[in-house]
Amino acid sequence: MSVEFLYPEFEVIRNDNRCIACRVCERQCANVVHSYDSDNGIMLSDETKCVNCQRCVSLCPTRALKIVKSDCTLRENANWKDATIKEIYKQANSGGVLLSSMGNPNPLPVYWDKILINASQVTNPPIDPLREPMETKVFLGKKPEMISRDENGKIKCDISPQLELSMPIMFSAMSYGSISYNAHESLARAATELGILYNTGEGGLHEDFYCYGENTIVQVASGRFGVYKDYLEAGAAVEIKMGQGAKPGIGGHLPGTKIVGDVSRTRMIPEGSDAISPAPHHDIYSIEDLRQLVLSLKEATEYKKPVIVKVAAVHNIAAIASGIARSGADIIAIDGFRGGTGAAPTRIRDNVGIPIELALASVDQRLRDEGIRNNVSLVVGGSIRSASDVVKAIALGADACYVATAAVLALGCHLCRTCQSGKCNWGIATQRPELVKRLNPDIGSKRLVNLMTAWRHEIKELMGGMGINSIESLRGNRLMLRGIGLNEKELQILGISHAGE
Amino acid sequence: MKRVYANEKWCLGCRLCEYNCAFANSGEVNMVKALKGKPIFPRIHVDGDESINFAVSCRHCKDPLCVKSCISGALSIKDGVICIDHNKCVGCLTCILVCPYGAVSEGKNGVVQKCELCLENSCGEPACVKGCPNNAIVYEER
Amino acid sequence: MKLEGQVRIPSGCAIAAVISKDGNKMSGEMITNAMKPMHDRSNGLGGGFAGYGIYPEYKEFYALHFFFNERATRKNCEVFLKERFEIVKSEVIPTRKIPAITDEPIIWRYFVAPLKSVLASLQLDEKEFVARTVMKINTEMKGAYVFSSGKNMGTFKAVGFPEDVGVFYKLDEYEGYSWTAHGRYPTNTPGWWGGAHPFTLLDYSIVHNGEISSYDANRRFIEMFGYKCNLQTDTEVITYIMDHLLRKQGLSLEEAASVIAAPFWSTIESKPKEERQKLTYLRTVFSSLLVTGPFSIVLGFDGGLMALNDRLKLRSMVVGEKDDKVFISSEEAAIRVMEPNAKNIYAPAGGEPVIVRVKEGKF
Repeated sequence: MSVEFLYPEFEVIRNDNRCIACRVCERQCANVVHSYDSDNGIMLSDETKCVNCQRCVSLCPTRALKIVKSDCTLRENANWKDATIKEIYKQANSGGVLLSSMGNPNPLPVYWDKILINASQVTNPPIDPLREPMETKVFLGKKPEMISRDENGKIKCDISPQLELSMPIMFSAMSYGSISYNAHESLARAATELGILYNTGEGGLHEDFYCYGENTIVQVASGRFGVYKDYLEAGAAVEIKMGQGAKPGIGGHLPGTKIVGDVSRTRMIPEGSDAISPAPHHDIYSIEDLRQLVLSLKEATEYKKPVIVKVAAVHNIAAIASGIARSGADIIAIDGFRGGTGAAPTRIRDNVGIPIELALASVDQRLRDEGIRNNVSLVVGGSIRSASDVVKAIALGADACYVATAAVLALGCHLCRTCQSGKCNWGIATQRPELVKRLNPDIGSKRLVNLMTAWRHEIKELMGGMGINSIESLRGNRLMLRGIGLNEKELQILGISHAGE
Repeated sequence: MKRVYANEKWCLGCRLCEYNCAFANSGEVNMVKALKGKPIFPRIHVDGDESINFAVSCRHCKDPLCVKSCISGALSIKDGVICIDHNKCVGCLTCILVCPYGAVSEGKNGVVQKCELCLENSCGEPACVKGCPNNAIVYEER
Repeated sequence: MKLEGQVRIPSGCAIAAVISKDGNKMSGEMITNAMKPMHDRSNGLGGGFAGYGIYPEYKEFYALHFFFNERATRKNCEVFLKERFEIVKSEVIPTRKIPAITDEPIIWRYFVAPLKSVLASLQLDEKEFVARTVMKINTEMKGAYVFSSGKNMGTFKAVGFPEDVGVFYKLDEYEGYSWTAHGRYPTNTPGWWGGAHPFTLLDYSIVHNGEISSYDANRRFIEMFGYKCNLQTDTEVITYIMDHLLRKQGLSLEEAASVIAAPFWSTIESKPKEERQKLTYLRTVFSSLLVTGPFSIVLGFDGGLMALNDRLKLRSMVVGEKDDKVFISSEEAAIRVMEPNAKNIYAPAGGEPVIVRVKEGKF
């Protein structure tokens, strides 16, 4: 025991002067941190179980609780950091691969924070979005290279299927199973109200949510869970998931304990069986195979729906994207290395893949160099945290952004990064009914709508400042960006100048 | 008329409503001062078990048995809201016996207390509804 | 240097244009004079003109106007041209020595016809071939710059005030059925001869007042199609956009206008079905060619002019007419100089193209 002991990461600080022993904390903690000592009429806590999800802190009516980082320290060592040593202890205890959730938390460069946005002064007027129209509508999909006319000289307006978005943001893939029914309902309802799309992830589409089909992207991943004709036809678009930013090169594993009831039915696999998504699609070992799947899905949906190919941002992403652009896909989604996950091996999450900013810049430039940028739309995700990240992504060349972490934060997630435990106290990353009900979709969808509405306002303000009144004039407009504290190589890859230039 | 309704689907059984109710009717401005170390007398009660919970408070019936049964005239209807005059209540508890919802309870000092929709305290709107983290109790016209 | 507050610093460019719908010829003196009342809209760092119908005797040939840094460059360039074209005439462009215009480069013009054999081997149509050649010279040949490349039209531009530039180039000796003019107040590029307006490719010429905010989005898109934005000016990119839309995509002027100054989505929604579909289609397909930020432009082309404002009308532009003539200018004053009795003077709405064509067979 002693050698296995790890001092708790967090301390539960309870202000006894404030605590009224209402026991709300106790009732709300699925990790059973809090308990009531009826002999003394006081609350107790077992900090070894605390994951710092902040549920108790948020619900304590007298603000008697806070969770702080434990200051029990190992001897400081710049090479052997506390977390590194503890990971070794954990592995020595368990013999297993370390698992983590949500995006890479390590202090790697966040290029968004090193890019600054322009504004108009004197020579070109800023535009006030409160007084002038400011357009954020985008269409995603393949655009024709040449227009054509009918025998009367009229332009033929038939075009490959397009996704219409009221703003350049979509909720990215999170499967039913990895997140709860109520989380999905919140996303689906918010997407519908906002005129954007959400994404089923690889867990199939619950029968209750077919009604939100026009605002749904249905995903086809390597496990093919829940994929059948009606599913493909239910969505506005079909996404082939080749990879995920948090775990490029590996598949997924939803433990059998989460494959219960509706999750099992929706995934179309027996209750209690592990849902294992293979690392590759076993019918796609090369680009020509991808083309076949793209075309098969188009055939199955009668060429009425755009096909998205989602890939993780890896080293040769530009060449991969160029291949995808020629595969018949309508939209390429690229997921950067800071993207979230419900569970991934820690080593993979923290060490594999590249930042989305660099991936986006090189892909956009490569597609332009090859003259095929208009053949596909580019959607990027992997830690888009704010309206300014969106604006920077669009200016670097994206058509739209995928957000997921920001969306689950709006739903209540406090980024405790223990989704893999299945005991999400906020009712998001869990299938336990008593926890799932903590997320009321009336509240969840409203908060998502609020968040996106706020971002849309901010995007408009930023655009207006630049003198741009439509989002398409921002797309790829890299002159509107400047780097700060970046080296020549980084600037070259991003295709932007340094501040002051 | 707007009433407080429970939505058991979203009730987490956290019992915050009980504490918010007790605090709202305490006359204190600080919850700690109002509730710490004291028995609480909320006018709303969460009932249920592992699988289902719901908050119960006065339904403000159109034809209320409690008012009919009150022997001292302490219970009355004002604009549809069933109110209690604590000075008139003699603590016979008949109303508790007749209320089909169990929404009336004995308060401190032996007199009866019940939900008056926070119209008589400084909260101004039902404190239970305001503080419910999951919209499991709502105050609305139906 | 005087600071702001001690000196008035006006801002903006000046544009003016005139066209005769009957194809009647006008001397370049008229348009030169039109620029005088708008003197303060320029800062002496660029002025220029485009005249259409000015080379009737060579109307079958592409008139290539060049700036050369030095004699040797011209000689080298001529060798290159001869590999691709038959040169029917080669001469210096006549100029007047005036104190207001100095430091001129070698200003030359060639009237050329592409060699049929070269066209056949490259499998290109004539216009595409000329456009690519111009692009090649301007990108690759240091010290040589083609600033006009259409048939029976020509651009004349310099560093200086436009009214002086007109005198310098002896525009009073040319006669055309339409003229455009520009006075430049450069803010974001240093003033040099090639950077003055009009900017041209083939018979398309653009004079432009404004600073567009969509520049890099437009540039990075249009460069996919073989254009190279060497000057990094708004006008250059607008010219290439118009060439792409009109010549390569075969859009009509109205359609092209609805791409670069696209109606707002809310406006499109209110249109009848057929038009709504078409506008939605064009805006979707050519979304990267929407031009935002302030601009007023006059596009000159073979047989006509099109004037267009940005969709918010962030730059002034007025139109007037008298008899067979239509006048366009940044300020009414310029129109009054050309025709004191001009009528129907009005300011077109933002995004509303004003298209004037010379009657069929009159040019």
